[in-house]
Amino acid sequence: MQRIKFFDHLILMLGAAVLVLPVLVAFMSSTHAAAEIHARGLFLTPGAEGVATYTKVLTQKGGFTGEVTGARMAMNSLILGLGFALGKIALSMMAAYGLVYFRFRFATPIFWMIFTTLLLPLEVRIMPSYQVMSTLGALNSYWGLIVPLLASATGTFYFRQFFKSVPDELLEAARIDGAGPWRFFLGVLVPLSRPMMAAIFIIMFVYGWNQYLWPMLMTTDERFFTLLRGIKSILQVWIGAQIPDYNEAFALAVLAMLPPLGVVLAFQRLFIKGLTESDK
Amino acid sequence: MMAGLTLKNVGKTYAGGVQAVAGVDLEVADGEFIVLVGPSGCGKSTLLRMVAGLEEISEGEVAIGGRVVNRLEPAARDIAMVFQNYALYPHMSVRQNMEWGLKNARLPAPEIARRVAEAARMLELGPYLDRKPRALSGGQRQRVAMGRAVVREPAAFLFDEPLSNLDARLRVTMRGEIRRLQRRLGTTALYVTHDQLEAMTLADRLVVLNGGRIEQVGRPLEVYHRPASTFVAGFIGAPAMNLLDAVVAEGRLVLAGVDLGPAARAEGPVTLGLRAEDLHLAGAGNGLCVALDYVEELGSGRIAHGFIEGQPIAVALAPGAPLGAEIHVRPARAGLHLFDPITGARLPDLPEVAAALRAGALA
Repeated sequence: MQRIKFFDHLILMLGAAVLVLPVLVAFMSSTHAAAEIHARGLFLTPGAEGVATYTKVLTQKGGFTGEVTGARMAMNSLILGLGFALGKIALSMMAAYGLVYFRFRFATPIFWMIFTTLLLPLEVRIMPSYQVMSTLGALNSYWGLIVPLLASATGTFYFRQFFKSVPDELLEAARIDGAGPWRFFLGVLVPLSRPMMAAIFIIMFVYGWNQYLWPMLMTTDERFFTLLRGIKSILQVWIGAQIPDYNEAFALAVLAMLPPLGVVLAFQRLFIKGLTESDK
Repeated sequence: MMAGLTLKNVGKTYAGGVQAVAGVDLEVADGEFIVLVGPSGCGKSTLLRMVAGLEEISEGEVAIGGRVVNRLEPAARDIAMVFQNYALYPHMSVRQNMEWGLKNARLPAPEIARRVAEAARMLELGPYLDRKPRALSGGQRQRVAMGRAVVREPAAFLFDEPLSNLDARLRVTMRGEIRRLQRRLGTTALYVTHDQLEAMTLADRLVVLNGGRIEQVGRPLEVYHRPASTFVAGFIGAPAMNLLDAVVAEGRLVLAGVDLGPAARAEGPVTLGLRAEDLHLAGAGNGLCVALDYVEELGSGRIAHGFIEGQPIAVALAPGAPLGAEIHVRPARAGLHLFDPITGARLPDLPEVAAALRAGALA
């Protein structure tokens, strides 16, 4: 048994090292000066420029207009991530509630229609979506960034399966206890779904946070730039003899990893529970 | 509050034409404990759920406390229900589970607190009020489910196989608790079970259902001693009543060639019902010869299973010496039940049976 355990740990540690190494390299490199990185490649040892670099990316105003800071971009990303996650949870819970608890015509075909949209990624419908939002005058706005991506087949599917596993007697007991559709939803289903909501929240927050193509299309105003676009624009300045600010790009990348990491850490227990447990 | 229960010609037909319940007439007095009993699929749960309002009533009329409730929501019917799996809200504490329905009904807070405290005291739930259901044992959850019913102070309790999820010992304890609680509150109760022992011990009156129809309604001993059909005879009692093919020939009842005495009946085949405890050992060569198959030792007695000319029969015997391969038994005259061999309906009692029934404790 001991031997097997030893190898288990070895494999896990190797796997962890492989996953952690690039992050470590990014972090270490971000503490060196740009010229140093350009001349000597990436680093695995800490440098002396760390504090200066991070202060700079968070506070220095950059971009064409000279009024976008790293903090501003982080906030935009956060708004996008949170808006996505919360909006998707609310919308898909309500959709699933309708599909599972209300008998209406074509409920099953409607569900399968929603389900098949899983097969259509954003990229496929990006032009029509852009057209619609542009006509609505929603370019360069938060709601234009968030609303078109709110419908979530994944979320609806998960919540539908979850609601179906809730025993019918709970609904019946609630009916005898005088709870109408809203009260049953808010008083029983929503609290019961907490682990599921946490699981979806993590997935959707990371998804929203990492959006690149859609924000790039929807926003031309630098005030709405997200962190990921910020990283890209730092690396785009390689004109003539100018060296891109590698250290700043690395610093932004490291910063961009922190909120999703925080979300996962905060919700991981609920997350695992949501995906595995069916204690009702 | 006086609250009887009236079912008039109640029926349930599912989409697709499947008839689950048909033509049920039942009058339940205020405070009465009625048990609906029958094998699975007999429509007993459907009937209960129609009274609760969880199932639409396709035909007939259900009235609670004199008020027709066919079109009312469950919450407006003045009933409370206890489910087989308890259906407690898992995210709420015991207290919140009991309070929720009252809060939804917008009762004043002091009244809610009074009722919950009273129910907790009655059901000894005090120490668990702030626990979640998952932290409770099966019996405690069962009590919470009853508490949730009690605080509603309903006109009628509806129980849907509430003890099926408990182990055998706890079931006996809880059975007693349910009975005591119901007596004490004096609330009308409708109780569904497939367990005939539970039905016998709990009921003021039994309703035996078969194939969506009522087979018999009566007090437990009445049903036991005078089953209205071979179905009831075979369902109520453990072991079930022996049902044997016999004949009436020349005014005598004959089973397996043995004359069991006079029977002023139409000549021809009859189904003879015999309770295991109405058979008594007789001397060798005397009475009915039973070829023994196996014996169940119960400690206080034993049940011998065997065959009379190929027909299975169970005999209840006092504990004693080991039995041989054959025993001879003679039925008590007052324990002969005759049924129509085709319809299964009970035939008029033999004079001795009628007399025994009149004189017996069940009269």
